[in-house]
Amino acid sequence: MSVNWSKYSAPQTFYPLAGRLIPWFACVAVVLMGIGLYMGFFIAPTDFQQGEAYRIIFVHVPAAWMSMFLYVVMAVWAGVGMGLNARLSFMMAQAIAPTGAMFTFLALLTGAMWGKPTWGAWWVWDARLTSELILLFQYAGVMLLRTSIDDVRRADRASAVFALVGVVNVPIIYFSVQWWNTLHQGASVSMATGSKMASTMLMAMLLMTVAFWLYSIAVILARVRCVMVERESSPVWDEKPTAVQETVEAR
Amino acid sequence: MKPRHKRFAFIGLGLLVLGVATVLILNAFQSNLVFFFTPTQVASGEVPQGRSFRIGGMVEDGSLVRENDGLTVRFIVTDTAKSVPVTYKGILPDLFKEGKGAVAQGKLNADGTFVASEVLAKHDENYMPPEAAEALAKAKASGAQQSKSLVVPQGRQGREGSL
Repeated sequence: MSVNWSKYSAPQTFYPLAGRLIPWFACVAVVLMGIGLYMGFFIAPTDFQQGEAYRIIFVHVPAAWMSMFLYVVMAVWAGVGMGLNARLSFMMAQAIAPTGAMFTFLALLTGAMWGKPTWGAWWVWDARLTSELILLFQYAGVMLLRTSIDDVRRADRASAVFALVGVVNVPIIYFSVQWWNTLHQGASVSMATGSKMASTMLMAMLLMTVAFWLYSIAVILARVRCVMVERESSPVWDEKPTAVQETVEAR
Repeated sequence: MKPRHKRFAFIGLGLLVLGVATVLILNAFQSNLVFFFTPTQVASGEVPQGRSFRIGGMVEDGSLVRENDGLTVRFIVTDTAKSVPVTYKGILPDLFKEGKGAVAQGKLNADGTFVASEVLAKHDENYMPPEAAEALAKAKASGAQQSKSLVVPQGRQGREGSL
């Protein structure tokens, strides 16, 4: 029952594994997203104050959670890459950044769409909104720093340091609504106090969270495969996993 | 200690130092990071003088008055300890209600009235269907004060007064 997990830290074994896993994560993500959206839009009750406008939370809250979670995961991979000098870790960090940025943008966009009917403003400079905007800039910074350095190893290390430094912002985003008074409301769902939502609403939101999570895994695995192919400088049109293996062995 | 242990220790130490630095910086800027001041802070003179700031709290029950021009509103923002009268000329957000949170931006004038240029509704973290909210309100206070809200969204008139 002992699986030699460390063998998957080598790109040539991880590449085919990722390829096999992607369809599973993708299919389950699509199914759960369908169920979650259906529950959110048709089964969950109307809110007592906000009416139908609140339904944006079924996208907003999971997207915001994923934006923070993916940043931490990216920073962990960056840290592991720095500590172990592992190429695959840096590749994972590189693959996570665009998806994290996408979720951050989605959280900001849906938040603005919700803020206008609820608060009366698209955007305010309160601690929660500002720190989430900074997170978007951090993702952009990590990606830009990487592309601005030609040498792959130096680009890896520089963007890893950037990602690690930026991780201090994640607790600031999460706790901003507790530490300072903000226009953004406190957490409706937390480990400490439980949920302050009706159970169908919560169910739909958690389904969407799991769906976004699986989607992220599928997309990141697909992207990391692209990164591997790119870095091992085999032709882009050659999709055979053996191509990677051959290039690695040839070195 | 292997080199990789050293590297991990270095990363951990770096993050720790960074975390402590961030805590110190955020503490130093504590007063700049709040989005609004509370009526208690206004009463104790902690608010910026002579320039615009935001005030936040609960809109006191029964305090909302609309002037004859139909656009100017007066209400009282309270944090249950202190309260500040606010005047505002403009359109209130849909969710602005007595007994609910609101944030207003503007200036304090000489007689202690807050003249707002913008009013935002502050939503709380509770999400529930109207029936649950109704039951909750009934259970909470059977003799709850009937509050007349000016903002009555269509199709919800029957449930007013059960804040």
